[in-house]
Amino acid sequence: MKKFFTVLLLIGIFFGLSCTIALASEAAAEKAALDPSVKQMIAIAAGFGIAIAAFGGALGQSRGVAAALDGIARNPGASGKITTPMILGLALIESLVIYAFVVSLMLVFKL
Amino acid sequence: MEHEQFTWVSLIPFLKNLPPHVSNAIMVSIILLVIVVLAYRQLKRPEDDLVPSARFSFRNLMELIVEALSNLVNETMGPSGAKFMLIIGTLALFILFNNLSGLVPGFSPATDNVNTTFACSLTVFFMTHVFGFREHGVKYLKHFVFINPSWPWPANVLLSIILCPIELIGHFARPLSLGLRLFGNITGDHLVTTIFFSLVPFLVPLPIMFLGLFVCFVQAFVFILLSMVYFSGAIAHEEH
Repeated sequence: MKKFFTVLLLIGIFFGLSCTIALASEAAAEKAALDPSVKQMIAIAAGFGIAIAAFGGALGQSRGVAAALDGIARNPGASGKITTPMILGLALIESLVIYAFVVSLMLVFKL
Repeated sequence: MEHEQFTWVSLIPFLKNLPPHVSNAIMVSIILLVIVVLAYRQLKRPEDDLVPSARFSFRNLMELIVEALSNLVNETMGPSGAKFMLIIGTLALFILFNNLSGLVPGFSPATDNVNTTFACSLTVFFMTHVFGFREHGVKYLKHFVFINPSWPWPANVLLSIILCPIELIGHFARPLSLGLRLFGNITGDHLVTTIFFSLVPFLVPLPIMFLGLFVCFVQAFVFILLSMVYFSGAIAHEEH
């Protein structure tokens, strides 16, 4: 019985905290009108940024996967132990591409 | 690109006025709580203690998840891994379920918003330092300073002055990269799925959704793996 009330109390605290924090109102942001030449540069920059990042990321990841496949070809029994660090390395390389993607997103939404 | 969608939280009158990432996070947390409470009650049944049941049951599924997490934590953190299980397990299940909820129509993933992901990564950042101070005391600050006893002390001081900002920047870049990585992956995946749906709604988004499923698991895995690496870096003892 005591446990049930403890759980209920914790759920209630969790609700209360999240609702009071979230109900703090945010002011709406207004988009200022930009120069057409600035818009052109923003569009070009957003496009080229993510393109170059994707190119570099693909090169890096291809080297990683090639090395992992070499290792598996030499020693097929260790394929489980090779795959896990390979996935981790791919995710870390991809995170650099994601940073450039986030910047491109921010630029596109500023258009 | 603004798109109006139907979400399940719009049916609940109290949660409708909250920002979408908060209300979706609350809903996913409630689902997680229900699952956890149901699983906890299964623990009390004494008849299946030694031999697991042969069929696919709810208890087997929960044991599978908890055992996988526990093995991961013990493998990475070594023998003292049990005390990290709480924070790592919470983060793993929260992030995983929030990511996966993006694939279900009607939910928008709470990790779609920088606020949620940075909340998770700032928690990891603070806990790193809490664990470091708890393990080493004030000597934890030696990590930031270069000390080599065989060199004269002006060289040590000079090198420390150069090394300390670099270490600090590296330390602050960790929560930034953790949060941005998770946010970017989930947002990008959601955007790509939306674009594919607006192009060809019938069968073509399916490979993209498979990729999204894979990305959800991998991103949660990478988040907790990196968190564990940071924790073990903070509590590492010098071995000569």
